[in-house]
Amino acid sequence: MSDTKYGKYGGQFVPEILMPALEELEQGYEKYRNDPQFLEELNYYLKDFAGRETPLYHARNLSKKYGTKIYLKREDLVHGGAHKLNNTIGQALLAKYMGKTRLVAETGAGQHGTATAMAGTNLGFETHVYMGAKDTERQRMNVYRMEIMGTEVHPVESGSRTLKDAINEALRDWVSNVENTHYLIGSVVGPHPYPMMVRDFQSVIGNEVKQQIMEKEGRYPDSIVACTGGGSNAMGIFYPFIEEDVKLIAVEAGGKGMKYTKDAALHSASLSVGEDGVLQGACTRILQDEYGQILESSSISAGLDYSGVGPELAHLADIGRIIPRVVNDDMALEAFHELSRVEGIIPALESSHAIAHVMEAAESGELGELVVINLSGRGDKDLETVIGLERRG
Amino acid sequence: MRLADKFNELKNRNETALLAYVCAGDPDIDSTSRIVDSLIKGGADIIELGLPFSDPVADGPTIQAASERALSAGMNPDRYFELVANLDVQVPLVCMTYYNLIYKRGIERFVKDCVSSGISGLIIPDLPAEESHDLANCCSQEGVDLIFLVAPVTTDERIEMILSKTSGFVYIVSRLGVTGTRTDVTAATSDIISRVRTDIPKAVGFGISNAEQAAKIIEAGADGVIVGSAFVDIIASGDNVNKRLEDLTTEIKAVCRRD
Ligand SMILES: Cc1ncc(COP(=O)(O)O)c(C=O)c1O
Repeated sequence: MSDTKYGKYGGQFVPEILMPALEELEQGYEKYRNDPQFLEELNYYLKDFAGRETPLYHARNLSKKYGTKIYLKREDLVHGGAHKLNNTIGQALLAKYMGKTRLVAETGAGQHGTATAMAGTNLGFETHVYMGAKDTERQRMNVYRMEIMGTEVHPVESGSRTLKDAINEALRDWVSNVENTHYLIGSVVGPHPYPMMVRDFQSVIGNEVKQQIMEKEGRYPDSIVACTGGGSNAMGIFYPFIEEDVKLIAVEAGGKGMKYTKDAALHSASLSVGEDGVLQGACTRILQDEYGQILESSSISAGLDYSGVGPELAHLADIGRIIPRVVNDDMALEAFHELSRVEGIIPALESSHAIAHVMEAAESGELGELVVINLSGRGDKDLETVIGLERRG
Repeated sequence: MRLADKFNELKNRNETALLAYVCAGDPDIDSTSRIVDSLIKGGADIIELGLPFSDPVADGPTIQAASERALSAGMNPDRYFELVANLDVQVPLVCMTYYNLIYKRGIERFVKDCVSSGISGLIIPDLPAEESHDLANCCSQEGVDLIFLVAPVTTDERIEMILSKTSGFVYIVSRLGVTGTRTDVTAATSDIISRVRTDIPKAVGFGISNAEQAAKIIEAGADGVIVGSAFVDIIASGDNVNKRLEDLTTEIKAVCRRD
């Protein structure tokens, strides 16, 4: 078996029932990741179904206003409105090559669920998505989108009724149906080989940026900024630059502040202030209480609202290769409006965290003169949330 | 009492072990010792006492709900070990919990707390053999059994590896899925029991809730039957709990006595 760890993080902390499935997945991935036919088919779907490559857009107005040259990697233009499809196409295709007939996935905001529904439907899978009951209520449009594509959405009533509980439930489904089912995880989290595999499928983002920025600027950027929930859009854009002299900044959701109640954090900043622990298959940095019970997380953006973070990010933060930063709800909301007004692009609330950090840090010069922001998704899905918040005042 | 001694004692009496699971602190911290007494009175040979975790991925709705009740009642590892230390029982106690609670407390401290409170063994459903190195070392040093699970999908090669690591007994998962009372004792159950070839006692669990199912499991060659959700259901009902726990234990234990 290959190494399952990133430094002290990662591993395979799952019930024995899943160990053979993880081994099968690892072998399947090793077999097909460089298989010419698999890659040809993957590239076909990425191009003609997902709409890649996505533009690297020079945000002139924003650049002028904040005094540094800012590019946006337009993952908001991927089919479905977020980077999530890069991964779901990859995994669904792999599952098909491996002979699976059924997909299960978890979703928070519904973006990954929607992207799973798209890939699953297109490739002929029976698709089931688990979604916290709190999220099915606050993200109704995405529930409809999934259902219209023929995906069964299961509201999860256990625990905090959000993403973490949806993952638990998807794992329970997988444990029960492991023989014909692939669990399509939506971020660089969970047991090995998921963090590696999802990172690889999302690396298309960073690989494109490498070429595009060379064409436009003749050099690599000084810094790359990405929002970080589980960390898939961040790892996707960072990974091809790991060996380069580029600052990599992972922006986490600061929610309502770095505070806590008895069983909840008012933020989702597991990379910045979490402690080492084991959650949902991996050792990583997590939000937990003094006994190791997992704390609920909080964020204005459902996609960043998670108590853990990918193990490779935890490792890269440990060794100082990436810099974790925190942006709170109010700042993200401000950035949401700022990009909409200045550039005519409505960003996802998740991505707004990355923009907010650049707005805040550009002036100090710490980002350098050439900055790339991963615009991981579009904001249409968030209009109801934003309007709701502003009506309430 | 060590688990191996208990299984030996039962074997000499031609009995199958009945392992009863309940979640500590469900529905409240004070009830647990009376619940344990009822199970023992009915004939339980080993008590598996769950230490509740916020995210129990290997458990079905019944034990999830029990964990939530216990956590709301204030159960935590400190209170757990205190409760266990105060139990006045003559049967082996096994702690069933998830790895993060051990990791957070510190492996050494957790295992030492087990020893001093009287826990004989540990079952950690989210800790496969591959990740168990540190805990296994500490357990063997301190004389606490670390019990591993095998499942119907576990290959023969893995079974061998797991048998080389498990101590006390090996926990055979009867079917795919999570804990819960839903079951049919299928060909897959008999298959996995017969594929586990060892002198180490084999205890079978997941989905066993009555004497009839227990009889089939025993027939298939189990040295122990593990019953959990059925007891937890009784606790959740709040209806005549101690009497009904004792009755169900008595009923199931009856089929464990073969002469
Ligand atoms: C637009 C968008 N960005 C970011 C995320 C966060 O996920 P990750 O950190 O894996 O990129 C999500 C998750 O739903 C999302 O929808």
